[in-house]
Amino acid sequence: MTVTDTTAGYYGQPVLKAPVWKPAIAWYFFTGGVAGASSMLGFAAGRRGNRRLARSALVASAAGIAVSGPLLVVDLGRPARFLNMLRVAKPTSPMSVGSWILTAFAPASMLAAGSAVTGRLPRAGRGAAGAAAVLGPAVATYTAVLVADTAIPAWHDAHRELPYLFAGSAAASAAGIAMAFTPVPDAGPARRLGVVGAALEVAAFRSMESGLGDAAGPYREGRAGRLAKASEACTATGALLVLAAGRRRSASVVAGALLCAGSLLSRFSVFRAGFESAADPAATIGPQRSRRGAD
Amino acid sequence: MGFFTDTSICIGCKACEVACKEWNDVPDDGLDFLGWSYDNTGSLGADTWRHVAFIERPRGGSAPPSSPPVNGQGAGSSPAADALDTGDAGVRWLMSSDVCKHCTHAACLDVCPTGALFRTEFDTVVVQQDICNGCGYCVPACPFGVIDKREPDGRVWKCTLCYDRLKADMAPACAQACPTQSIQFGPLDELRERAAGRVGVLRDAGVSEAHLYGAGEDDGVGGFGAFFLLLDEPEVYGLPPDPVVTTRDLPRMWRAAAGAALALVGAVAVACARPR
Repeated sequence: MTVTDTTAGYYGQPVLKAPVWKPAIAWYFFTGGVAGASSMLGFAAGRRGNRRLARSALVASAAGIAVSGPLLVVDLGRPARFLNMLRVAKPTSPMSVGSWILTAFAPASMLAAGSAVTGRLPRAGRGAAGAAAVLGPAVATYTAVLVADTAIPAWHDAHRELPYLFAGSAAASAAGIAMAFTPVPDAGPARRLGVVGAALEVAAFRSMESGLGDAAGPYREGRAGRLAKASEACTATGALLVLAAGRRRSASVVAGALLCAGSLLSRFSVFRAGFESAADPAATIGPQRSRRGAD
Repeated sequence: MGFFTDTSICIGCKACEVACKEWNDVPDDGLDFLGWSYDNTGSLGADTWRHVAFIERPRGGSAPPSSPPVNGQGAGSSPAADALDTGDAGVRWLMSSDVCKHCTHAACLDVCPTGALFRTEFDTVVVQQDICNGCGYCVPACPFGVIDKREPDGRVWKCTLCYDRLKADMAPACAQACPTQSIQFGPLDELRERAAGRVGVLRDAGVSEAHLYGAGEDDGVGGFGAFFLLLDEPEVYGLPPDPVVTTRDLPRMWRAAAGAALALVGAVAVACARPR
């Protein structure tokens, strides 16, 4: 078998190794996003005196982070060694930075939720909610840096847009859960956040696609492409439903579920696109060859 | 210390693969016939730390023949197609023993969250197996697709440049076993000098395509600890033509994340401008 098409590399073999992460990691992008953005919504609502919304958002934040930990640990090849994550603090490793952020965020988020639900330790609860809200934006966006900081073209070359996509996705999902679990009269801020988050999520995804140019293939075709289309449909429908009928209880539950589904699907689309991009030798070789040719 | 792999004298014997496996106790990963010439390991991975690539290339450069000749009756007017018609003489057979590049700016080491990957006193990059927790971050970070997770072990593995042998003043197993000195081990500046001389000799002998891959220090990974003399484009050997350490762009990524975090703060502030 002779090699004639050099963009296909060595007998069409991938140049890069595909990630070894399991779908638990894509789920974590979602649950971590919910936790981060919910802590912000909960804190802001509490400060504005909206107790009911604050409580449901703080509980969502604690639930999100409580699920996140196990999702991250089961993905490890050696789960029993998960504490090695805190062996060093490395600014060059987004995963190390994220581990430390989560270590600070998780207890704060849980204390805030516990206090909001039980009414005990109100002052500590407010302080914890504030601390979690300060860390929330980092929890919601560092995962975008984590995937971008790889050699995979569909991830690395999207490093400008991915954090905005993840921020919008986190806002939409946190708002979706809050509007589904909060009485309609108190859920106004959740509805507004849902619409803004959905707009950011859709806009960032589209801008990522156009920014990637030829490397956007995985986001347009195949499994990741189908997930992206489904995500946009869910997110857009959810946002429109909020605007059209957000003050009806049933509609706001459906809209919240759609926003969450859209957010989850966009995380899975990004996740899958990385695998497809890594498997394609031309995606790695092509841009590098033109870059070298331009020198 | 590092490797200079001179592929122009590689005979594809795979002694390097075998010696590496034996010395480092690397598990068997199947003796499969892949259908790609004589290659049976496919690529570098958790259980293949030296990989001998076999490439069959039509003579006459990288341009594919305009029309494939069929039993010598095709319209083979291009030189490449004519060459193919003559059978073996029209095919160049390239062999190359690939290995971890032990980058000066190593992405695997940069992104490792546990500190399991570290730089040794020999300027090589090694995984500490008693620390690795199998997070897998190094796997997609490597621009060469070298490091991978070993299942069911759960940890990541790659070439250590025979760290244990180096400590005992011995050459790495692959270099020791190589019968043609295609794999040379030594201080990098010495190897670079020798490699430049070798390219000169080859070019004088009419092998104009001979060139070094990874011998400089001004590339995207700050120089390779294991570089190569190639007789074709790097991508033909499955090597990236212009690898860049992903963490070079990390400051830009954190800045984008800071912008997105601010956007999120703004969105929540706007949403909560009214309490209900």
